[in-house]
Amino acid sequence: MLKIENRIFKNLYNQFGWEINDAIKRDDWKDTKKLIDKGREWIINEVKTSELRGRGGAGFSTGLKWSFAPKELGSRPHYLVINADESEPGTCKDRDILRFEPQKLIEGSLIAGFTVNAHTCYIYIRGEYFNEGQRLQKAIDQAYEKNFLGKNACGTGWDFDIHIHYGAGAYICGEETALLESIEGNKGQPRLKPPFPALVGLYGCPTIVNNVETIAVVPTILRKGGKWFASLGKPKNTGTKIFCISGNVNSPCNVEEEMGIPLKELIEKHAGGVIGGWENLQAVIPGGSSMPLLSKKICDTITMDFDSLIENKSGLGTAGVVVINKDQDIIACMARIARFYKHESCGQCTPCREGSGWMWRILDRVEKRKATFNDIKLLSDVTKQIEGHTICAFGEGSAWPVQGLLRHFKEEVESRCREEPVIKKKVDNPYLVDQHLLENKNA
Amino acid sequence: MSLKKVHDNQPKDFKFSDENLKEAEKILKKYPKKNRKSAVMPFLYLAQKQNDNWIPLAAMKYIAKFLSMPYISVYEVATFYTMYNLAPVGKHFIQVCTTTPCLIRGADKIVKLCKEKISENENELSKDGKCSWMEVECLGACVSAPMIQINESYYEDLNEKSTTEILDSLIKDKPLKPGSFRGRKNTAPETNTSVNGEKYAQN
Repeated sequence: MLKIENRIFKNLYNQFGWEINDAIKRDDWKDTKKLIDKGREWIINEVKTSELRGRGGAGFSTGLKWSFAPKELGSRPHYLVINADESEPGTCKDRDILRFEPQKLIEGSLIAGFTVNAHTCYIYIRGEYFNEGQRLQKAIDQAYEKNFLGKNACGTGWDFDIHIHYGAGAYICGEETALLESIEGNKGQPRLKPPFPALVGLYGCPTIVNNVETIAVVPTILRKGGKWFASLGKPKNTGTKIFCISGNVNSPCNVEEEMGIPLKELIEKHAGGVIGGWENLQAVIPGGSSMPLLSKKICDTITMDFDSLIENKSGLGTAGVVVINKDQDIIACMARIARFYKHESCGQCTPCREGSGWMWRILDRVEKRKATFNDIKLLSDVTKQIEGHTICAFGEGSAWPVQGLLRHFKEEVESRCREEPVIKKKVDNPYLVDQHLLENKNA
Repeated sequence: MSLKKVHDNQPKDFKFSDENLKEAEKILKKYPKKNRKSAVMPFLYLAQKQNDNWIPLAAMKYIAKFLSMPYISVYEVATFYTMYNLAPVGKHFIQVCTTTPCLIRGADKIVKLCKEKISENENELSKDGKCSWMEVECLGACVSAPMIQINESYYEDLNEKSTTEILDSLIKDKPLKPGSFRGRKNTAPETNTSVNGEKYAQN
């Protein structure tokens, strides 16, 4: 269990106030100039030593990502972009950082911006977080007043500006290249990689895109040392992480914990346990909706870190833990997630655009006990057709939860299906529209 | 890929108000001079705010001219993102999160109440024209589920009783204060037990 002195987000619950003077009391902006004076190499090395992995879902090494940015400023400016487009169902950690710990994010931006040679930083906040965005803007203004930002930011000789760009309700804009497209004023449709944003990103310039939580932990890592961060958690899965525990638990909450904490401990100690007791647990989605769910048997022993979840064919993702107990219809839950992906697919790649709707329609039939055994085979086939055949990871994100359902709850799915009827009735399935709006007409 | 219909009755002209023109100049300063196009999303928000929370086609044409970009690109952006309303919505615009984390905490009951109290179908104005509601995907407040968003504010930790109160207050045009309806000020565990050996203030 995480000790109090090792906690990074001391004000996660806003006990001490979010404003800049309160933040300074909590050691934010302490010796920022000294840290930056130690130079880029030192910062990157320290972050590499800490083995910090990106907190936005993919878990890529942050130090490595920063080292991809060109070392010298060429003819093109560099950009730092912070991804606050938190839309993954089950995840609400960035919201609390924006509301209660904005100075950690701003200080982290300055350090990261200096490290990757960027003078400009865009923070892309999802449009629904309007109030959180206003709060962040106030915090940025306060930082400008103290000369922590702007010309010669914090006395370091580095000019640095932060701008907020609001999204407008598109989940796909959490994908880094879609996010860049969105800032450029286009539809948020992901780009083909390579070239990676580190070389050709925003406006065709080198750009580093990081999650809010990743950036916000950097100042503390540099202050306390990469070794300190690496000593927390498990090897290669170091440090602390904010877990969001939602669903059928007695007290849903956000909590900062060490990586590698057992899932059972996380749910029982922090979230007050599963409603109806641990035995009433049906399944857990460990890392936001795009990670495959885990059956109770796995939940008994699993630890929450990137590698052990991958071993169990799931992933830590954003650490949005959604607990589903036995009172819920698991197929209805997954069908709703499939509907989410159908709604949010950007429509660029055919397998994802068509397949996500296909998966939802089949799961909807299963839920209503109108599916046949052939449908299950078809469903499994569709998930395989989507996976790996799309430009961005959204394809995997939509296919994996369904695969997880088929892996762990095949009996439940089969119990709701029947044999193919000999005489087939023609079913009038409307196509490519929001089907739930036409539900009464539809099978 | 949401269903988006452009409204039948379109106003002929649209122009930014003086106040919004100033705001627009401020927004343009955020982006490099040769990338004025980036301002299209904030501009659409401005237009939406000025025009009773929906964007007419005339506004898209105006913005296209303003930023010297093709009209179709503005149209593309306005139809791609779900938060741009292309038809009038109520003065109190209710968005009910119905994605799984909210669903398993009872979002369907909130949808039912909206259907009873506001209008039979989503995206339909209530009888007095003041309210409308729609189902949306995850709003990112999953530990405070179920929740709804009214205009810009989040109403969290709801149940049937509190939702009824909120909807009634909207119908009376005196909206209740946003926030948690179980008295939470943050996302700390509510049991008041010590976490990591320290008690969190619950007020």
